[in-house]
Amino acid sequence: MNRISKNLWIVIALIPVWFLIYFNLQSVTDWLVYSVLGLEKGKHLTEALWFFIFEIPKVLLLLTLIIFFVGVLRSYFSPERTRKFLVGKKTFTGNVMAALLGIVTPFCSCSAIPLFLGFVESGVPLGITFSFLIAAPMINEVAVVLLFGLFGWKVALIYVLTGLFIAITAGWVIGRLKLEKWVEDWVYKAKFGDTGIEEEKLTFIGRFKLGFEAVKEIVGKVWIYVALGIAVGAGAHGYVPQDFMASLMGKSAWYSVPLSVLIGIPLYSNAAGIIPIVSVLIEKGASLGTALAFMMSVIGLSLPEMIILRKVLKLPLIFTFIAIVGSGIMIVGFLFNWIF
Amino acid sequence: MNIIVLGTGCAKCKTLEQLTRKVVADLNLKAEVTKEEDITKIMGYGIMRTPGLVKDGKVILSGRIPSESELKELLTK
Repeated sequence: MNRISKNLWIVIALIPVWFLIYFNLQSVTDWLVYSVLGLEKGKHLTEALWFFIFEIPKVLLLLTLIIFFVGVLRSYFSPERTRKFLVGKKTFTGNVMAALLGIVTPFCSCSAIPLFLGFVESGVPLGITFSFLIAAPMINEVAVVLLFGLFGWKVALIYVLTGLFIAITAGWVIGRLKLEKWVEDWVYKAKFGDTGIEEEKLTFIGRFKLGFEAVKEIVGKVWIYVALGIAVGAGAHGYVPQDFMASLMGKSAWYSVPLSVLIGIPLYSNAAGIIPIVSVLIEKGASLGTALAFMMSVIGLSLPEMIILRKVLKLPLIFTFIAIVGSGIMIVGFLFNWIF
Repeated sequence: MNIIVLGTGCAKCKTLEQLTRKVVADLNLKAEVTKEEDITKIMGYGIMRTPGLVKDGKVILSGRIPSESELKELLTK
């Protein structure tokens, strides 16, 4: 048996192991906390410790599984292919396509510039490019997994759908405003070279390997934030009084939504760190809309990315971008406070 | 052989540069390794994902860091 098919067998063997661990996590945690450590039920420390011991492996297990499959899925997409697909697409249809492709196309904010240039150069309209640039960082697999793990599938779905809504409408508005004049002049003059690289032909096993690599890279990077976020969450879970956040981030405080968005912009944290904390905010009385707005602002509007984009966009466009996306997030926040 | 590492200075780009230099040294390749950080020049190669790797004017890799063995293969091919 060669090495490659051995890897495949390892994956197949690991899947039942995964399910075995995942579905027994609760009883193992119960056993550890109540029997081995002999802690009393209902106490703050017990609750905090239980939350910590249970949530970290749970979220990491979910991350590993989902990132693996997303890694395999992403091997079917590339920015080059997405660009080719988006060239010449009409407004709106193009915005919808760009936002959807933003979810599955491999993207890292350090590549935002070459990606932006590649899109604009080859004739993808500015508004459609923005739909992509908004969706790509905001709706990422780490955020979705954490939301699913800590809030359940409904909130995860709401996050994805509203994120798409914001990416589509904000991109559409930017397109309608005709803001090309605020793109740095050299961008349209620069010449994008012919892609010398041939499409890599991947076998199914090769895609599996990419899935593994994605797990190694992403889980290797975010586990510490997951652990820290959950540790803070666990502390608050046990010790912060119920309804502590109700006055500040509750439904009745109308200003809470815009305030959350404003605070979220300079706060740069990845989804892995912020979502466990937000889950506790909600538990302590923050309303869903406000918490959602806060999360989207932290994840979707990040200062470092703005600084990177400043190389290709003039300041007025950066501010317009923040204002439009920020308004979209606020609408989502108000809407959910009003519905729930 | 002329090798250029394309990257604007992100962490991955630095890793790729180090790895490339290591492989070149390990294999005793007669190659000059340089780093290109100017985004307009990087664009000239047509890549949309950094880091990129150019061997004798041809892009051989973009958007990811290869394993050491893969890089050895790419550079000696």
